[in-house]
Amino acid sequence: MRAVITVIGKDMVGILAKVSTKCAEANANVIEVTQSVLQDMFAMIMLVDISGLNVQFAEMAEGLEALGNDMGLSVHVMHENIFNSMHRI
Amino acid sequence: MLNARDILETIHMIQDEHLDVRTITMGISLLDCCAEDIDRSCTRLYDKVTKSAEKLVSTGENIEREFGIPIINKRISVTPIAMLAAASGGDPIKYAYAMEKAAREVGVNFIGGYSALVHKGFSAGDKELILSIPQALNETEHVCSSVNIGSTKSGINMDAVKMMGETVRKAAELSADKGCIGPAKLVVFCNAPEDNPFMAGAFHGPGEPDCVINVGVSGPGVVHAALKKAGDCDLTKVADVIKKTAFKVTRMGQLVGTEASRRLGVPFGIVDLSLAPTPAVGDSVARILEEMGLECCGTHGTTAALALLNDAVKKGGVMASSHIGGLSGAFIPVTEDEGMIAAAEEGILTLNKLEAMTAVCSVGLDMIVIPGDTPASTISAIIADEAAIGMVNSKTTAVRVIPAIGKEVGEQLNFGGLLGYGPVMPLCDKSANRFISRGGRIPAPMQSLKN
Repeated sequence: MRAVITVIGKDMVGILAKVSTKCAEANANVIEVTQSVLQDMFAMIMLVDISGLNVQFAEMAEGLEALGNDMGLSVHVMHENIFNSMHRI
Repeated sequence: MLNARDILETIHMIQDEHLDVRTITMGISLLDCCAEDIDRSCTRLYDKVTKSAEKLVSTGENIEREFGIPIINKRISVTPIAMLAAASGGDPIKYAYAMEKAAREVGVNFIGGYSALVHKGFSAGDKELILSIPQALNETEHVCSSVNIGSTKSGINMDAVKMMGETVRKAAELSADKGCIGPAKLVVFCNAPEDNPFMAGAFHGPGEPDCVINVGVSGPGVVHAALKKAGDCDLTKVADVIKKTAFKVTRMGQLVGTEASRRLGVPFGIVDLSLAPTPAVGDSVARILEEMGLECCGTHGTTAALALLNDAVKKGGVMASSHIGGLSGAFIPVTEDEGMIAAAEEGILTLNKLEAMTAVCSVGLDMIVIPGDTPASTISAIIADEAAIGMVNSKTTAVRVIPAIGKEVGEQLNFGGLLGYGPVMPLCDKSANRFISRGGRIPAPMQSLKN
């Protein structure tokens, strides 16, 4: 089971560190990260393995979204299958 | 690896373009709840519904959370209650109370199936049920009702059409102090589908399995945004853009449906490929038609634009799901669509135009507010017209009109929430009373003889 975490917002120091710390706390293993900074807009997409989570999925997602709120970033955590089914035949 | 652009597109669709799953509807057969005693029958109904749908709402919420897709409604449809009333006798209103109690217990938004199928004639329980509909809708909050009065195979039961005109009017009168909400929960069908997940017309047909999960998707905002991005292309390209968008939207519905069915241990039925608007800005079917190049929805060209939209939605969606069913098409409920409300307020979108539009899209005259003094026979005549379109074209048509008691053309009726609001629309004031009073059956058309 894998989830996709997206982080979009104004670039600042420590975004990747803070998000990955939250993932580590929930025992979600980061598999892949892509990020781009266009002008000062930051967009990061992270694929994480959630099969060994030590908390409920909802709890991790809410934690990450709250972190986003604190930093003024928009954070979404969604199951990988939604993207696979919408964009793959 | 997933493509970053695809991921951002999905998030954008959900966040900014109102992409959602409109409903997960659990269909439950009540055929095994029939008893000779109505109270016993009601107890069985309550027990079966609450047991089958115990985890429906929580499962829906979990899927919503994990996949990040809003699921707006969780609903239940049941076997047409007239069938139970036929076995048990007694006052069918008791079933409405039992349904309401069960709906409250499991926490669903609506429960549909206070219904009768009378397209060829009335059997035991049918007339009693129809007569009790106004009271049932007025005294319950979650119960929805529908009656099938015609089909391509059997023609139109004009005695039932007459009764339904009176029923709609009475439902409005009884609920006048609640903003005439009664008839907003009542649909009169021709060719009613047995697996429709959308309210108010959902019921669980007798040919359906014991329990099943059906899903209705939505996404007018997504289609609108995609067309806007496509710019000034020709109509072939317009159809292609809609198809691609409908494919993605339907895949999402298919995923949610199969996931819900797996978690609940209930077979997956169908995805209903519908564009279901809401009164929110940016979630309107009318605005899609306007994006295609109409100055205002309802003007000349509207029927053609809608035909293109409806067809492209089906073509895009059909490959995205293993089973398609329900109503599947674009909805045009006036009070539930921000663009339709605006067009009706301007007087551009008229009942005549809407009737023409129903010949090329899903459903029919839906959520239309009519003057409070409209005679029952005129409502019956509207139903008959619409049923004739459905019967001849082998498609589902329906009528859900709301007589605004005490209000006239120029005034407004507001339901709030997803049901929205709308202006009272003018009708022709010449009578059809003699035609409706004749009763009998309009014979099935030649199209019915396919064997």
